[in-house]
Amino acid sequence: MKFRFQRKYFSIPYVIFLSLFVLVPILLIIFYAFTDANGQPSIAAGAKFFSDVSNLNVILVSLFLAVQTTIICLIIGYPIAYFLANKNYNKNAVLIMLFIMPMWINFVLRTTATRDILFAIGINGGNLPYLATSIGMVYNYLPFVILPLYTTMLKLDRSQIEAAADLGANPFQVFIHSIFPQSLPGVISAITMTLVPVMSSYVISDALSEGNITLIGNFIYINFANNQWNNGSFMAFVLLILVIFSMFLTKDKAEESRGNLW
Amino acid sequence: MASEEVIISLNNVEKSFGDFFAVDHISLDIKKGQFVTILGPSGCGKTTTLRMIGGFELPTGGTILLNNSDITKLPPYKRPINTVFQRYALFPHLNVFDNVAFGLKLKKVPVVVTKANGEKVTKMKHYKMEQITEMVKKALKIVGLEELEDRDISTLSGGQQQRVAIARCIVNTPEILLLDEPLGALDLKMRKDMQIELKEMHKKLGITFIYVTHDQEEALTMSDVIVVMNHGVIQQVGTPEEIYNEPANAFVADFIGESNIYNAVMTKKKVVRFLGAEFKCVDDFAVDERVDVVVRPEDVILGKPKKGKVDGQIVSKVFKGVHYEYVIMIGKNELIAKSTENFAEGPVSIDVKPDGIHIMAKENLQNIFTNCEVLKNNNVELADGELEIDLTQLVKGSKVDEDGYLVAGNKKYDLTGAKLTLEIPLDKIDIYDDTESGQISGEIVSSLYIGDHYRIIVRSEDDEEFIVVTDYENNLGDQVRLDIKKEDIKIRLKGDIEDYEI
Repeated sequence: MKFRFQRKYFSIPYVIFLSLFVLVPILLIIFYAFTDANGQPSIAAGAKFFSDVSNLNVILVSLFLAVQTTIICLIIGYPIAYFLANKNYNKNAVLIMLFIMPMWINFVLRTTATRDILFAIGINGGNLPYLATSIGMVYNYLPFVILPLYTTMLKLDRSQIEAAADLGANPFQVFIHSIFPQSLPGVISAITMTLVPVMSSYVISDALSEGNITLIGNFIYINFANNQWNNGSFMAFVLLILVIFSMFLTKDKAEESRGNLW
Repeated sequence: MASEEVIISLNNVEKSFGDFFAVDHISLDIKKGQFVTILGPSGCGKTTTLRMIGGFELPTGGTILLNNSDITKLPPYKRPINTVFQRYALFPHLNVFDNVAFGLKLKKVPVVVTKANGEKVTKMKHYKMEQITEMVKKALKIVGLEELEDRDISTLSGGQQQRVAIARCIVNTPEILLLDEPLGALDLKMRKDMQIELKEMHKKLGITFIYVTHDQEEALTMSDVIVVMNHGVIQQVGTPEEIYNEPANAFVADFIGESNIYNAVMTKKKVVRFLGAEFKCVDDFAVDERVDVVVRPEDVILGKPKKGKVDGQIVSKVFKGVHYEYVIMIGKNELIAKSTENFAEGPVSIDVKPDGIHIMAKENLQNIFTNCEVLKNNNVELADGELEIDLTQLVKGSKVDEDGYLVAGNKKYDLTGAKLTLEIPLDKIDIYDDTESGQISGEIVSSLYIGDHYRIIVRSEDDEEFIVVTDYENNLGDQVRLDIKKEDIKIRLKGDIEDYEI
């Protein structure tokens, strides 16, 4: 039969890419999580994981730190995004660049610099590991919160805000009933871009807490570095479950805000 | 229904953005229960006026009184005024019911409560849910949307969204309902239906309506009172009949309905001459005064040649269903006439009854510019450009020497920096399409056809207005250059010439 080019062949590169870099790694993780060192099916890694309280502790600390970072970033980032998007306060886009610019500097370099600055003001991994990590996380993820919020704020419908005021809402009520609901897609984007990356981050906690805080990312790294592939994979598997779970929670809202991620 | 009580009163209200006056010192009283329409072309300041009443814009001067109390600086949420926005501005995250209930849920009303000891006290409380439900249902019934209360806003048609926007306002029983071109986004059929419904709603509710539109037909159909605005200034306030039959000036006459406008002279008491004939009229102006005359096409009486006041030629004839529309040339002048009678193209006679002739005082017959500064080269600065002038007009028998000084006998004057008043006749300004820097140029903001010529207003960047009379039609919004010969400019010096002697 004669070869005929069809449009669906355009998808071949994506299929190859997705299988090699997404599907195969996930299958490998699951494979290693449920086998032993000899490649025989086993739940030893899972049993070991759940028998050790410190492992659960790692997950709880990661979760707590992720939620805390997200909330602090939103509290700081929301008003900043609001004022940056308001033409009365920000006549050009220069200010928004100032907030985004840290993202252009190498991540490791940035984190090292943060550590040195914190050290200089007396906060270091030795005396206050949790505080140091928290500050580093907020600093690093703030742009990821501001940017999606800023883009939704730019699209705020002024006439809806005026309508709310017209119908008797004072400035606070206008915020609750009109501005916040309108900015919700941006908030959802901001959460998805902060929550999971913080849980699995490795460099920040490693550098800023000087190894005193172990997050999921650190745990996986340590296990893999010690050739404990099965244990590391099981933790990666747990993280995967957490990610799927959190995506399921925000699914409805994320669908509304499709295309609003950036 | 309309009482004599004034509900809202604008006193000398202005709103400027930099040097530009969007609303230029307007004063207006609106009586309780009236349906008032603010009518004007886009950019005339009508929406800005409405937004100041609603509290969304603060006036830069003047006061706004509601029931005799000053609300000029009151924020929108404290005013008993609700607005139907141009694009509805419904809340997309709420359904129809919650959109309408929005204002009610925020509102607190005084409720008498009996305490345990029997004492009665008045407390401010939110409405109960049952009360809100009842009021929302009533409002939705008024706008004819009872069945749709659970629907999502995005599933509604434009007309339905419009009704929700109206219900959302009237449910709060405001003292005044503001409507900002609410029917602009609807199609023609829908718009006609909504006009009638709005009028009925107004009758039923008894709320004062302030309606903004650029559609003169809409204004004539619905209003008790029409306020015609142009360039931020109120041109005329009156009932639809008054506005149509007795336009205050040529702008109103031209904007409201079709009209023929001519230059005319009062020849005797209550006799006016235009189109080369004398007509009796009802308006009393001074004899020999030059005036503008407006004749509505339907007031023209056509007849067999020699039967009327003046004869003309029908050059075009269009059948419009109920009537014919004729274009008639009388010498150089063009006249539009509407008649149910059928005349063949060719000679015809024309007459107008006295009450069909509306006479208006001529306005702005001169271009007068004050405070124009004389530059070093003896030109004056005007409207970002330079204009050559003839300084010798200031002193009899004088001339300008080679150094640029004005010389008269043995006296010498240096007029650099002097302030002049310039007077330029309307027909001495030429219009050109090419704009060059250093020349006077501007945008055409108004063009009025007066029988056989156009009266055009050109506004320069710095807001000077030039009135120009020309034979040719020009497009609104075009950038043009103005050329004025120096001998046509009359100049007067501000102050005493002796102050400039050297």
